[in-house]
Amino acid sequence: MHVTVNGNSHELDNNINLYQLLEQLKVGKGRVAIELNGKIVPKSQFCQHQLSNGDTIEIVQAIGGG
Amino acid sequence: MSISALSESWKAAMSNNIVDKPLNLAGKTYNSRLIIGSGKYRDFQENLIALEKSGAEIITVAIRRVNLGQNSEEPSLLDVISPEKYTILPNTAGCYTAKDAVRTCQMARELLDGHKLVKLEVLGDQKTLYPNVTETLIAAEQLVKDGFDVMVYTSDDPLMAIRLEEAGCLAVMPLGAPIGSGLGIRNPLNIRLILENAKVPIIVDAGVGVASDASIAMELGCDGVLMNTAIAEAKNPALMASAMKKAIESGREAFLAGRMPRRLYASASSPIDGAFF
Repeated sequence: MHVTVNGNSHELDNNINLYQLLEQLKVGKGRVAIELNGKIVPKSQFCQHQLSNGDTIEIVQAIGGG
Repeated sequence: MSISALSESWKAAMSNNIVDKPLNLAGKTYNSRLIIGSGKYRDFQENLIALEKSGAEIITVAIRRVNLGQNSEEPSLLDVISPEKYTILPNTAGCYTAKDAVRTCQMARELLDGHKLVKLEVLGDQKTLYPNVTETLIAAEQLVKDGFDVMVYTSDDPLMAIRLEEAGCLAVMPLGAPIGSGLGIRNPLNIRLILENAKVPIIVDAGVGVASDASIAMELGCDGVLMNTAIAEAKNPALMASAMKKAIESGREAFLAGRMPRRLYASASSPIDGAFF
């Protein structure tokens, strides 16, 4: 299936949840926040969110800024 | 005057000293009135050293997409600058609409485990990075309603400052000059007018270039100064951070001490009486 992560298209296996997506993308899970189709997903619920074809995911972190 | 009388008058003078109250933001007190940024530093280490030298207890961060494909073992900003030790102030830099700013704050709150203190900025123009005050007000109202503690970057318009305070912002942060310009406090009169009306802390955000600029803001009676580029782009950021710490403190003391009146002409410091010439 196809999903869009941070503006880029990704081809993923079916039946994958947000937690597994972070593992596949090698994103550290400690200091990120995630929006799935425009809705924030609490960290504690990453495992419970199965991804579907066409999903849009934003993964953000804190970086330097003024 | 006897020595004991002298010491009595000295004690009286000391007791008249004004003891400053610490800065209070969202129920937390801060001994430092300096807030620094985390942008434009060469690396996290340089930022951390500047932070320590500045004495600041609050540091701003931006919220951006994770770079996919980068090494997940690499430390992130928050691994180096600990949210346990410092108050992290996420900003909405780069947002040009209220909607984007609100969304950024919501992401920041999730990222920082329910943290409610945010620096709201909604920009209106890429060249000047001047705030879009109408969108800023809309975002401020929504964020306050949603339970955020909002520190708001705005123009140095005294009426807008009142509107933002009325909207429930806990601190109003007028610019001294455009972001990253280092031009100093261009309109001290407006900052004074803002201060006269304010019931919430007023923090100059943006424009400071050197230590004297920070002192001017504090001498006017501001509650604090937020700066990024002045320290990050100094040849020696750690030394500039230390200079800013002193400037904020000396400016605050000068404000509390109360300045002498301005006069057009001279006023001799040595008495005329007793001159023998």
